[in-house]
Amino acid sequence: MYIAPEKTRTPSGGQGASRRELIVGAALVGGSLLVGCSPADIMGAGAPKTDFGAFGPFIKIDADGAVTVMNKHQEMGQGNHAGLSAIVAEEMDADWSTVKVQHAAANAKVYANSLMGVQGTGGSTAIANSWMQLRTAGATARAMFVQAAADAWKVPAAEVTVKDGVVSHASGKSAQFGDLLADAAKVTPPKSVKLKDPKDFTLIGTERVRRKDSLAKATGQARYTQDVYLPDMLTAVVAHAPRFGGKVKSFDDTAARKVPGVVDVFAIATGVAVVANGVYAARKGREALKVEWDDAKAESRSSAEMLADYHRIARGELTPSDDKWAPFTTKGDATGQFDGTDVLHATYDFPYLAHATMEPMNCVAQVDGSKCKLTYGAQGHSLDQMAAAMVVVNLPGAIEIETLFAGGSFGRRSSWDSDYVVEAVQIAKHVGRFRPVKLVWTREDDMTAGHYRPMAHHAVAVKVGKDGYPAAWRHRVVVQSFAKASPMMASMMVKNNVDSTTVEGTAGSPYLAATPVVDAQVFTPHSPVTTLWWRSVGATHTAPVMEHTIDQLAARAKIDPVEYRRELYRRAGEAGARHLAVLNLAVEKAGWGTLEDGWTRGVAVHESFGSVVANVCEAKVIDGEPRVRKVTVAVDCGIAIAPNQIAAQMEGGTCYGLSAALFGQVTLDKGRPQQTNFDTYRVLRQNEAPQVETWIVPSAHPPSGVGEPGTPVIMASLPNALFAATGKPVSSFPLVKA
Amino acid sequence: MSIELEINGVKRQVAAEADTPLLWVLRDELHMTGTKYGCGVAQCGACTVHLDGQPVRSCQTPVGSVGAGKITTIEGLGGTHPLQASWVKHDVPQCGYCQSGQIMSAAALLAATPKPTDADIDAAMSGNLCRCGAYQRIRAAIKDASGELAVTAKA
Ligand code: FES
Ligand code: FES
Repeated sequence: MYIAPEKTRTPSGGQGASRRELIVGAALVGGSLLVGCSPADIMGAGAPKTDFGAFGPFIKIDADGAVTVMNKHQEMGQGNHAGLSAIVAEEMDADWSTVKVQHAAANAKVYANSLMGVQGTGGSTAIANSWMQLRTAGATARAMFVQAAADAWKVPAAEVTVKDGVVSHASGKSAQFGDLLADAAKVTPPKSVKLKDPKDFTLIGTERVRRKDSLAKATGQARYTQDVYLPDMLTAVVAHAPRFGGKVKSFDDTAARKVPGVVDVFAIATGVAVVANGVYAARKGREALKVEWDDAKAESRSSAEMLADYHRIARGELTPSDDKWAPFTTKGDATGQFDGTDVLHATYDFPYLAHATMEPMNCVAQVDGSKCKLTYGAQGHSLDQMAAAMVVVNLPGAIEIETLFAGGSFGRRSSWDSDYVVEAVQIAKHVGRFRPVKLVWTREDDMTAGHYRPMAHHAVAVKVGKDGYPAAWRHRVVVQSFAKASPMMASMMVKNNVDSTTVEGTAGSPYLAATPVVDAQVFTPHSPVTTLWWRSVGATHTAPVMEHTIDQLAARAKIDPVEYRRELYRRAGEAGARHLAVLNLAVEKAGWGTLEDGWTRGVAVHESFGSVVANVCEAKVIDGEPRVRKVTVAVDCGIAIAPNQIAAQMEGGTCYGLSAALFGQVTLDKGRPQQTNFDTYRVLRQNEAPQVETWIVPSAHPPSGVGEPGTPVIMASLPNALFAATGKPVSSFPLVKA
Repeated sequence: MSIELEINGVKRQVAAEADTPLLWVLRDELHMTGTKYGCGVAQCGACTVHLDGQPVRSCQTPVGSVGAGKITTIEGLGGTHPLQASWVKHDVPQCGYCQSGQIMSAAALLAATPKPTDADIDAAMSGNLCRCGAYQRIRAAIKDASGELAVTAKA
């Protein structure tokens, strides 16, 4: 499945909104109706006119001929600095060893994500949406150098060749990009250019495509938001409501103002801001602050109570008035199919998860009247511009953004309500005079600020046919919808009351394609607890549910789980073809069958964001906790641009998913998050990390993403390995109970 | 109060309360940004520096307790440490935010144990979180550097 170009995708996840719907959404949020404009027009309105130079907005060339690629996306670890600049270098035949890459400024008019319609990074789309754009940019620049050389040497352009930044002709003439720069810049860019045949690629797909930022990141020189120090800058922390939906009733700042270094204390929409010279003073000021909270509209349930409600909703015993059941896949007549003894029942519970990026959320803002500049690890540029514009009352494009490295995101840096960005802008607006303010969230602020992977409950019933394969499949999902929490997101991601991110992975599953009767529905209860996309989004729960259910069905039918999958993929036809290929590759490389000393293997296959990943893990319970020692991954992500970085994403994605499967959970006690730091929110450590081996399926298809698809499969293969050992199915996460 | 610190071989005067964590003195007073904040409670290792050659969590080290101790930060490795070359060779970093701390912990490990075993690496490195999950490359890069470091070790 490749992303249809006329559709938009939202940062990290949702699929399927049309541009038209996005415009309506943007207009809703903007509070005005703009007809006949593209989303980029709306989001880019007010953008300063910028001269991007002869080679356009993506390519800058220094006097010495060194090429700098402008990355319109966020490099938050996923390696797109490398992949995107390699695309340009390939078509340009630039000298890869000297190619540099920089984050571009916010400007939706030129830097919109072509799969979203606005500027933003997510949904593992960076490479996919840039593929043709950057190839064309690179090929165009190449053609300009070729033409300049042909004119200078008086030879036909067709006879001029380019290799590693050197332009040459059979006559022996040759020149560097730098030598031809002035003339090439004057060449009118050709209207259309011929792109390389992928079989002629010399850089893309090779081990030469390596990170450009490793040295900066190994020497402490890479610049993150936390590292911004500007003249006269203030540091702000915010006292937030302890419960989601809580508000400030009153506060006493007498003691806080006496703390040395504290400059000001004031209320903002989300709490009380303490502005000071430096983080330590700001934190001490906040500790001295007394705030009374109004919890009238706050979430007061525990997460256990909420989950119990989810179970009752799934059983039909409770129907909250704020939503109704929405069918998302329906086939045949399911009536009365699930009452017999030939039915497998399985339920699954998933907790809230924090992203827990290594760098907690932060943002530097400067505001003077309606003028606003933001300096931070921007991921959802256009959304943040729009949100900031509403605070300072300006056009979105006029909000200047300088993009820095983000110390991880996993979806968190691009939130639908731009929460931490809006907070920074509100504080900077109060401070005024364009004085820089760095909003700093402590780990505790970050972990208790919600925007969690939503808690979820699945109830599955599968009627098994005489052959042991599914004859009818009933599926109920109860999960919060973050799309429905925002009118704009809802307009983009909700169709027929189905938020696609709540069911993606169950919807579209080859197993449902192989099942003749399907009744799959979702219910999205509301809570003030905020939720958000979290690396691989819906797949974080749908992949474990589908894959673990398959293993239970296979066990019941006494068929090997690999064979069982192969048969279902065959039955699914086209919908299972790529799954079958990655499964076969992973099993071939990992080996299959019994292991020594109580180790068992588990397998899982899942498609997300256009890529299909199979994962075979080796696991064993040691000292009461599951351990994974080895993971073999096979991935089909279309044309592989940076194999080394694809492997890095499979390694990292596996660790991220494994961490969540083993330990990840945020629980609420009377509405208050109980995990506040890494001492209570346990995450995977070096001694618990498996060895991950990555195999890439050769493909001629356009590239799809790799940032997310590696994550959900381990959350399924591990339970399958444990099930193989014990015969006891897993029904709730995390696997290690606190 | 005014406090004298020796950082990367250079004496620095800073104005700070004695209970201020060394981390925030390095960052907010001296703008030495290589040392990162990740948790503030000695759980993540992002703030790791060396104090007289020993790895310490600067978020839990009050600046008043440092005295005449010699502080080494990531900036003090100079970019030429064998671990830094190995980190580049293996493309270890993803987001990179944890990597200063990882390298400082690894440098202390190699200074004490030039040829670390997997168990040595587990023991020395499990206090350093990497949310991007670069763990296996961290391990490989340490092992790769350990041969080289036997000759040039001076963490
Ligand atoms: S910031 Fe010091 S250990 Fe995390
Ligand atoms: S590289 Fe991102 S946390 Fe380690």
